[in-house]
Amino acid sequence: MRGPARIAPGALTDTSRPVGFRFDGRPLEGLAGDTLASALLANGRQLIGRSFKYHRPRGIVTAGPEEPCALVDVIGPRGREPNRLATTLMLHDGLIAESQNRWPSLRFDVGALSDRLGRFLPAGFYYKTFMAPGWAWERLYEPLIRRAAGLGRLTPIVPAHADPAETVHDHADVLIIGSGAAGLAAAHRLGECGLRVILAEQDVVLGGGVLLDARWSPWRTAVCAGLAAQPTVRTLPRATVLGAYGQGVFGALEELGPLEAARHGGLRERLRIIRARRVLFATGALERHIAFPGNDVPGVMLAGAALRYLRRYGVAAGRRPAFFLNTDEAYDAVFALVAAGVDCAGVIDVRGSSLAAQRARELGIEVVAGAVIARVRGRTGVRGVHAVDVDGHRLRRLTADCLLISGGYSPATALPAQLGARLTWQEAIAAFVPDLAPSSGQVAGAARGVFGLAAAARDGDAVARAIAAQLDAAPDSGSPVSSQLALPELPADPQATPLRALWQVRAAGKAFVDLQNDVTADDVRLSAREGYEHVEHMKRFTTHGMAGDQGRIGGLLGSAVLAEARGVELAAVGVARPRPFTQPLPFAALAGGEVREHYKPRRRLPLHEWHAQAGATFVPTGLWLRPLVYAANSGWEAVLREARAVRSHVGITDVSTLGKIDVQGPDAARFLDFIYANTFSTLAVGRTRYGIMLREDGMMFDDGTTARLAADHFLVTTTTVNAVAVLEHLEFHLQSTCAPLDVLLTDVADQWAQFAVAGPRAREVLAKLAAGIDLSNQAFPFMAAAAATIAGVAGRLFRISFSGELAFELAVPASAARSVWSAVLEAGAPFGIQPYGLDALNTLRIEKGHVTGAELNGNTSADDLGMQRLLKCEGDFIGRTLAQRPGLTHEGRLQLIGVRPIDRGQRLRNGMQLVSSGAPQASLGYVTSSTPSVELEGWVGLALLAGGRRRIGERLLATSPLHEATTEIEIVSPHMLDPENRRVRS
Amino acid sequence: MLRIPCPWCGERDEIEFRYRGDATKVRPDPQAGIAAFSLYVYERGNPCGWHVEWWLHVGGCRSLLKVLRHTLTHEISWVGGPQDQPPLPPSADG
Repeated sequence: MRGPARIAPGALTDTSRPVGFRFDGRPLEGLAGDTLASALLANGRQLIGRSFKYHRPRGIVTAGPEEPCALVDVIGPRGREPNRLATTLMLHDGLIAESQNRWPSLRFDVGALSDRLGRFLPAGFYYKTFMAPGWAWERLYEPLIRRAAGLGRLTPIVPAHADPAETVHDHADVLIIGSGAAGLAAAHRLGECGLRVILAEQDVVLGGGVLLDARWSPWRTAVCAGLAAQPTVRTLPRATVLGAYGQGVFGALEELGPLEAARHGGLRERLRIIRARRVLFATGALERHIAFPGNDVPGVMLAGAALRYLRRYGVAAGRRPAFFLNTDEAYDAVFALVAAGVDCAGVIDVRGSSLAAQRARELGIEVVAGAVIARVRGRTGVRGVHAVDVDGHRLRRLTADCLLISGGYSPATALPAQLGARLTWQEAIAAFVPDLAPSSGQVAGAARGVFGLAAAARDGDAVARAIAAQLDAAPDSGSPVSSQLALPELPADPQATPLRALWQVRAAGKAFVDLQNDVTADDVRLSAREGYEHVEHMKRFTTHGMAGDQGRIGGLLGSAVLAEARGVELAAVGVARPRPFTQPLPFAALAGGEVREHYKPRRRLPLHEWHAQAGATFVPTGLWLRPLVYAANSGWEAVLREARAVRSHVGITDVSTLGKIDVQGPDAARFLDFIYANTFSTLAVGRTRYGIMLREDGMMFDDGTTARLAADHFLVTTTTVNAVAVLEHLEFHLQSTCAPLDVLLTDVADQWAQFAVAGPRAREVLAKLAAGIDLSNQAFPFMAAAAATIAGVAGRLFRISFSGELAFELAVPASAARSVWSAVLEAGAPFGIQPYGLDALNTLRIEKGHVTGAELNGNTSADDLGMQRLLKCEGDFIGRTLAQRPGLTHEGRLQLIGVRPIDRGQRLRNGMQLVSSGAPQASLGYVTSSTPSVELEGWVGLALLAGGRRRIGERLLATSPLHEATTEIEIVSPHMLDPENRRVRS
Repeated sequence: MLRIPCPWCGERDEIEFRYRGDATKVRPDPQAGIAAFSLYVYERGNPCGWHVEWWLHVGGCRSLLKVLRHTLTHEISWVGGPQDQPPLPPSADG
């Protein structure tokens, strides 16, 4: 049977398939179908780990994702993965797991000393104690505390491509969350109506609580067969819905089983984003813990969990369990374990009498009625319990090796609460039930306090009918499927005596309300005394409910203790608001496939392959990859060689990444007059003009050249990084502020490849290629634009220059980029044409004083950049009014100037601060761009300097404390090269 | 995550759209002066309740939409074109 505690065949385990695994180095054996927790229990292991703060020994408390204690490290291909729940971790051959937060060993842990000191370590202790001196927190206290506290250890480096995850988008008419009695009945009904249903279940099998009652087996089998036969129903086991985001959007984490994982190349998790027209929460209820001293000793487990271990895995939680209960439902575990032959130490029932207690006595089980547990004997395992009456008088001592408890059941309300459900107190079950706006979703079954399997199934069916009616769907009685769908009669729910609410037992010792974060009932009382009376304040003061389990089994206990301390009703205290995610998930699952080179799209130039073959080093610019320099290393030598070629003869560079917007329509000129700070209606056809755009607040937004190709046809170019933002800006204004102008905008950035051919020999190169065009200064002057056939390809030719040299930009359809580029290289070969990259382009434009993103940084006005004269005086444009604010034209603002080191051998750096030698602490400005110069001696830079234009000719210091570099510089005009613009007009 | 029913494309995820702010703001007359433009650019209400706002469908038809959205529940009760007037909110207190 694999393990001494395996006493019966389990519903999920396969006794013919043993599985070997290791826990804390010891080889153990379990069965296929086991979780790590069930396999450890089968081997008689109850001690699993040490607790977060006090290092107390801890065991397995639950059998599901609500588990607070049984956290382990798993060592696998992803490295060391901390905080995996033993209760949901499926056992597989070769699994290696280790206990957490203990040193040197699980049984003997030095850190447990903090438990002895526990009364000196209440909530808030660290905040209050480790305050002074200020330096000590970072260097001394925090490292010490961090080493002692916390759970698990992370592997710092995750191997590349280990266990990939993926993201999947799903759509449905109805999403049903939970496949217990209510969820199954609802899915069946909605499927019958022909609706597209997704049934998400966190468990590995469908059924929820139905799985624990053998009488329900025929009904479950029939429903599952029906669901399988309904083509519109999809069942998703192992899929946990983690967040409800409104408007029918949900996030779910699906963990793939080993078979499916193998089919998908080791894929382990799938993040599902589900969009549904309607949602039904059938999330069931969770059994509650009780706060009494020793309620965390390994071997203390929820009664419902013990029932699950028996039914699903055939494992007994102990050889001689005692019980501590307050409902009839919890007796199911008593009867099941006794029927399986387990020796029951006795039942301690809070209530005076009950139907279930009566039945237990008939079976010869001892029931201590009207009693509570005041003490648990044992430290690393339960040895016995002391029962007392409500006044604290000793009633009975029981010898037991485990204690199975139940404090009643709370509806699982986290997801409806994320959608804004109000929680209303229901006295009959002593729990909050969600009250959700019908437009947000429906709740059915135990999730809204309808307990009992048959009652829940009927409720699920009724709610499903209402949803179907809302969606105008009805059962399709004629379909061949529906005849198979007749379901067996529902077994009747047993008669039950109501529960008696019990939250805590006041006795000496630590009584935990949050097992994962080690929060005790005393901590909650301290919180109330210190004035943190609101449940949200108490949560943050004590960290109650802030651990990975989100306080699902103990959340209400904390509220109840707080209510008592404040002397108010529990209903008035409420519970802390849950937020996504309902349980921890790996970042890898959130990232899905969007990692490393897939983190964001990469846009490649039409000539990318050519650039790569030419040995280019690429640099990301926005989403684009642009050639930085045609060399492997990033030294200045190659950059300067490229730039020098442009200055001395001719170069060619790929500027296809520029944004290009085609603007057409009778009102196109009027529209551009409004968008740009300068005028375009006066631009002649066949001419190009440099333009600047402001934001409405008067600051510079973007710049570029715009050509008028026809009276009603313009081509706007934008900077590479602003291409998308400018198009949005234009669309927004065209459709709102400028409506009803008759203009159409078309993004043609990808359609046109564009190259700049620059240098004194540029005209001679292009003359060989541009057939039938006179490129002379008279016929095609600076800023001319024309349609042209270039190397046999129909394109466009512009005489514009960013480099400061005689230059042409030619645009051809992207598909012809390679042939035209090659033709230019061939034509330019006799002139020594040199391809140049972004670095050389930058060198050239800095010398010339042209601005890019470093200067158009969102904080600069047109005046700051010396472009005040471009602002038109007549007519409105975006940013006109606010650009006139005195603060934006103040003479003391940071203004664009050029800088050069006095000692020409010294270098400049971007970001160097400009200071005066008299007051080196006060920044007067900073260097925005810098480069070694081709034409001038040494380095040149552009800088923004307070009142800079007035200071031309002065000397300052440029300093970079990071590099321990300080250089004396002179302030010069930003137009350091050819300020008369002779070259571009040559 | 919002699901915005674009009148041209159908219901789409929020990520296809770019938020462009308060749609009740009207650009002042060009001569209105700095104070009026400052209000237009900088002053925004922060209503708890229904809010008319611009959403530009950049990942779809590129149409500019006027959306009536509840800032607390994210419910969208109406979507129209830039020149359409939104109906009165479903209820005054939202």
